[in-house]
Amino acid sequence: MSNSAQTGSTLVKRGLADMLRGGVIMDVVNPEQAKIAEDSGAVAVMALERVPSDIRRDGGVARMSDPQMIQEIQATVTIPVMAKARIGHFAEAQILQALDVDYIDESEVLTPADEANHIDKWAFTVPFVCGATNLGEALRRIAEGACMIRSKGEAGTGNVVEAVRHLRTINQQIRRLQTADASELYALAKDLQAPLPLVQEVAERGELPVPLFCAGGISTPADAALVLQLGAQAVFVGSGIFKSQDPVRMASAIVEATTHYQDAKVVAKVSTGLGEAMKGWETATLETRLAERGW
Amino acid sequence: MTRVGVLALQGDVREHRAMLEHLDVETVPVRTPADLQGLQGIVFPGGESTAIAHLLKSSGLAEALGELINDDFPVFGTCAGLILLSSEILDGRAQQWSFGALDVAVRRNGYGRQIASFEVPVSVSGIGEYEAVFIRAPRIERVSKEVSVLASLDKDGEHPVLIRQGNLWGCSFHPELTTDSRIHDAFVQSL
Repeated sequence: MSNSAQTGSTLVKRGLADMLRGGVIMDVVNPEQAKIAEDSGAVAVMALERVPSDIRRDGGVARMSDPQMIQEIQATVTIPVMAKARIGHFAEAQILQALDVDYIDESEVLTPADEANHIDKWAFTVPFVCGATNLGEALRRIAEGACMIRSKGEAGTGNVVEAVRHLRTINQQIRRLQTADASELYALAKDLQAPLPLVQEVAERGELPVPLFCAGGISTPADAALVLQLGAQAVFVGSGIFKSQDPVRMASAIVEATTHYQDAKVVAKVSTGLGEAMKGWETATLETRLAERGW
Repeated sequence: MTRVGVLALQGDVREHRAMLEHLDVETVPVRTPADLQGLQGIVFPGGESTAIAHLLKSSGLAEALGELINDDFPVFGTCAGLILLSSEILDGRAQQWSFGALDVAVRRNGYGRQIASFEVPVSVSGIGEYEAVFIRAPRIERVSKEVSVLASLDKDGEHPVLIRQGNLWGCSFHPELTTDSRIHDAFVQSL
């Protein structure tokens, strides 16, 4: 290869997110689940020790996964392997980069390590995905170097209501920027607490400068079809697959619904006789709201 | 007006569509066999080859497209799209399915994981210098004598990255991620 080859460029980092569009990224806790995910058509897996619903149930401090389990999963599948670092925990991220993971999720599902600062993601060759509940939060993460944004939803609940709220909020705020006069963008940037150049870019393009995916509460094919129609470009499914009655069928059905989200006949077909989805939580009764983590 | 499909099961479909539309080509997203009507060619985008293969089978497109490809239907595959066209896949998942139409062997993620993904200028036959973006790219390890090498990472053509065999074009990098439409244009001109 030529000496002029460049790794870790913004194009290369955002490019992998582009490749994942229209796909399903599945949480897996062991190589067996990773294999099921790949066989079902997942575009990537998120390797973690406990799915969010178990983290929610168990309590305690949730940290980066044991490198051994991440490596076992890397050895099992050919698709990209992602892993989570705590918000602001750049040393965990350094470890994940050293392990050659394909994407790092700086995630509110784990217990935050820094209450003011997120990781400086420009300092890494490996790309990062971060969660957001609104446009300002998304643009702050992009300013820090995130190459993919996922709407947060409320992880581990099996309840799509927060995912819908966050997606709608981000898209409403983008539409507001598109209708604003150029002279109004300064004040709008201040309201969003986001850098002006990114606000101007979004006003011009009508979308984020990086892919927008959806996470947190997707647990049926219909949920996937819903969030894709609301503008998500791909979905993360955490507890929704391996906490359902028949994970193999659920995984495959959510993959089909994500591709054919505009065709209700296909979504109806794959939704038929799936068995029970994960039990789920009413979000109003939750003690811990993971989506509130992140600054 | 030229009408080209873009396989729209998963991957960077819209980049390909935008680039073709920039060349005044009408594009059709292809998700079912019915979408193949009236097309002069099709693009297989980047994405995850295992996921796209799974969806090709469940949608019935594997069979419908396989018949078209047997009848010399023009296809341009980038990255995962190249893998789907290739006759031999190394380091894939067990028994990974493909159309087996391009007589080449490709090694999945042959340049390494994402951290090794790179951009580099390459020289493309009939086009000139081109900034090539490789993302978890397949490495072309063997080509039959029926295959023309249009670009290579070295001067001797030992590491092909853009190849053509009749109406089938395969590219291990992602021209659709750049703003340079010359490779897409060459495919469209061949239709």
